[in-house]
Amino acid sequence: MCRLSAITASDYFSPMETIMALETMKEGHDGSGLGLMLKNLGGDFEGLKEYPILSGICSQKGMTLLDDFMKSKGFRVKHMWTPRIKPMPGIQKRDFYIAKAYEYPEEWRDRPMSEKEDLLMRTRLELRAIGEPDQSIFAFSFYPDVLTLKEVGDPLEVAQFFGLDKSDSLKAKIALAQGRQNTNYAIYLYACHPFFIQGYASMTNGENTAFVPIREFLMSRGNPGYIGYNSDSEVFTHILHYTCRTLGFPLNYYKDVITPLKDSEIEGRSDREALGLMKKSLRPLCIDGPNCVIGFTPDGTVFMVQDSKKLRPGAVGGVKGKYALMSEECGITRAIPERDQSTDIYPMKYDMVIISPNAEEVTVWNQLRN
Amino acid sequence: MEPASQLDSNYDLSIQDFPYIIEWREDRCTRCGKCTAVCPVKAITPSVAAQRLVESEGASPMPTSKKVTRHVVVQSRDIDRYCTGCGTCSLVCPAEAIKPVYNSHNRFLIYKNKKGDAFKRGGRRNDPSISTVDKLKFTRISMLTDPALDAGRHEFRVRSLLGRILPPEELPLAVKDGKLVKMNEKFIPPVREIFPIRIGSMSVGALSPTMWEGLAMGVAYLNEVEGMPVVMCSGEGGLPPRLLKSRFAKYFILQIASGYFGWDEIVHAIPDMKEDPAAIEIKYGQGAKPGDGGLLMAYKVLKLIAKIRGVPEFIDLASPPTHQTKYSIEEAVAKMIQAMSMAWGFRVPVYPKISGSKTARAVLNNLARNPYAAALCIDGEDGGTGAAYNVSMDKMGHPIASNIRECYLDLVSQGKQNELPLIAAGGMGKGGHLAANAAAMIMLGASAVDIGKYIMQSAGNCLGDEYNRCNLCNTGRCPRGITTQDPRLYRRLDPDMVAQRVVDVFRVADVELKKIFAPMGRSTELPIGMSDGLSVADRAIAERLGISYAC
Repeated sequence: MCRLSAITASDYFSPMETIMALETMKEGHDGSGLGLMLKNLGGDFEGLKEYPILSGICSQKGMTLLDDFMKSKGFRVKHMWTPRIKPMPGIQKRDFYIAKAYEYPEEWRDRPMSEKEDLLMRTRLELRAIGEPDQSIFAFSFYPDVLTLKEVGDPLEVAQFFGLDKSDSLKAKIALAQGRQNTNYAIYLYACHPFFIQGYASMTNGENTAFVPIREFLMSRGNPGYIGYNSDSEVFTHILHYTCRTLGFPLNYYKDVITPLKDSEIEGRSDREALGLMKKSLRPLCIDGPNCVIGFTPDGTVFMVQDSKKLRPGAVGGVKGKYALMSEECGITRAIPERDQSTDIYPMKYDMVIISPNAEEVTVWNQLRN
Repeated sequence: MEPASQLDSNYDLSIQDFPYIIEWREDRCTRCGKCTAVCPVKAITPSVAAQRLVESEGASPMPTSKKVTRHVVVQSRDIDRYCTGCGTCSLVCPAEAIKPVYNSHNRFLIYKNKKGDAFKRGGRRNDPSISTVDKLKFTRISMLTDPALDAGRHEFRVRSLLGRILPPEELPLAVKDGKLVKMNEKFIPPVREIFPIRIGSMSVGALSPTMWEGLAMGVAYLNEVEGMPVVMCSGEGGLPPRLLKSRFAKYFILQIASGYFGWDEIVHAIPDMKEDPAAIEIKYGQGAKPGDGGLLMAYKVLKLIAKIRGVPEFIDLASPPTHQTKYSIEEAVAKMIQAMSMAWGFRVPVYPKISGSKTARAVLNNLARNPYAAALCIDGEDGGTGAAYNVSMDKMGHPIASNIRECYLDLVSQGKQNELPLIAAGGMGKGGHLAANAAAMIMLGASAVDIGKYIMQSAGNCLGDEYNRCNLCNTGRCPRGITTQDPRLYRRLDPDMVAQRVVDVFRVADVELKKIFAPMGRSTELPIGMSDGLSVADRAIAERLGISYAC
């Protein structure tokens, strides 16, 4: 089973903290891959907040294709970051690991953010389409202040491979890391968590038994971004995006979408009328677990939520200004050893832990009480 | 020289031409006469036969013969009195001396056309092969990759929705103080939460009073005591007015078909109805007999039936094969749905039922564009009927599995798979695997399934099978008392027992559905369209249904 490690803080921290927490959970993953997603970047990117960052992997050929394509679309490179690779046995180095910050094309600079988000998503998808057939380009995310690294191998070794332990060039206030346990699918970079779409990201452990109907529902929504699905967990990110961005629902309704209440329970909610309609119309997006989902939204809110039977537990703990959301308790201890363990939160099946931007406030939202 | 007419037996039938041959054991028979009395078609009759008895006494053979007269049971060779194999004779025989045996060499259909009268019967398609639905297996088992659910411990919600469901993008919701609130300006179509197995349309009239009453009592018990929202369709012919005006009306789907029988009574009852019906089903076709209309024979039209249907007693009640008001699918179906919706103030889901057909997708797409269409029920070729031409039953129609699947995938391509529920009927439980068939159809894309024959067999011990056994539903001489209005026959059926069996069937189906869904990791919502859960050991079927091949 995959292991999940997330930290949100008011100050910048090294992503290694998330990786080291993941390392304590090593017996739960087989080291078949690491996915790392950073938001609210410090280090090299601290002064580049408004510029979208394209994160991905390219072959020699892919790099040329990518540069030509981005140039043709009017994107101009503002900054490029590449990891200082330290060769590690067992990790096959690819040609280029990139995080490029671009200036928007001239005619897009004054457009509203929602339109820019559409442009960025379309551009990422076009790059994916160009590079996927021969795996010359992997484009993981293209969004301001978000950076993604993914590679196959043991998480700690992958982090060392990227030189994250030796450099301060990458820092962030939010980091999601997933240690991959390869089960159902061949190891493929697009199947590695965390997944990202237009500012929304999530990572998950467990199997999604309702994957096919959910995928079919999302793919029929007419959003070009709802593609991929090399992992059955990618739908969790897209459900989040669909709930919050497309439908405009507040974040806590994500819980109501993926784990709807029984009718008798809905009766106790003040928004029962809306919930009754939602439950019917969003029926295909109901999950059955077992899953623990950790993710963030564009404003920097970080959350944790479980399937309705809590078949995959998770824990949240920390101190004011820094919280860890982990699939295992030991991860929190490693990440924030100074916290008072007795204040740790173990969200139950009706709970959703929501940590506000800059790790200011932790809320346990209860689905029954709203 | 003898005339040819005395020599030529070409036009006589031998017993080998008949579908069932009576095996009668003279040595066991007590000559009680029960079998010949009970035979619904007079295929066997008591008779006397002169026999030569050869005997020998003493140490060495000294045979002597004498003639004796014996009472025997003989099988008729009159094609109009063919043995249907129902086996009622065996049921009543105290000495196990008689039984019908199927004769696979029979040439019954070749001769069953005397006087130009095409063979008509009740029952189902005479095809004993294993249906496609029964070939589907559930192969996606969560076990070690992730914990499976426990059918006995975890909470399951085996429920479906009947009614038009708004797409999420069109929900009239707004955010107020961080909460979603419903805005009032938009029409919300009515939606019912139901158990995903329904009792399909069988009319008061086609069924005996005891059978229908038993089914209705069972359904009411399931709803009110077991908490299972099982619904049942009236079939064409209305409901008894007292039931219409009772609080139980909400468990019934009222069917309107091409004869509009029963609707005068229904329309007059509307002002006095305490509850809305579960739904209105507009029958355009029946899977067992596409293109064949309905027919209730005169001798079934007794006082109650005549009253409910608003017709004189003892006349044939024929429903045309098509709705006579129908001009085109676009306007006629829309108008019918609109009219029926209006009758109950748009509080009741209204949907059409059609026979399985290559044209089902055309109907579906029409309905998908009609915001008042609440569902589409497709009745496959393995469905049953009370009366039809044999040729319609055996050779007309479309298998349900691929029909539902292509319709579901069509909805998926439009993003409307959750908006218009598909209901699959025809052959559910044909091989006895009701829950498995229902689960398979759900995973192919159905929201619910209908049963007819299955409940008649399990609740009323109907004798019919795919070897043309019994199938006398059209004659009013049902030996079980299920499809007859003859009190001498229907008193054989205890409505309380029927109700008990209905409850048994649904409780077991509920358990078995959970036993299927649990290891597949599904418990909260019905796994509609979860086609990755299915496999079949036939490449052509796998390809057609878009599921995996496993062998």
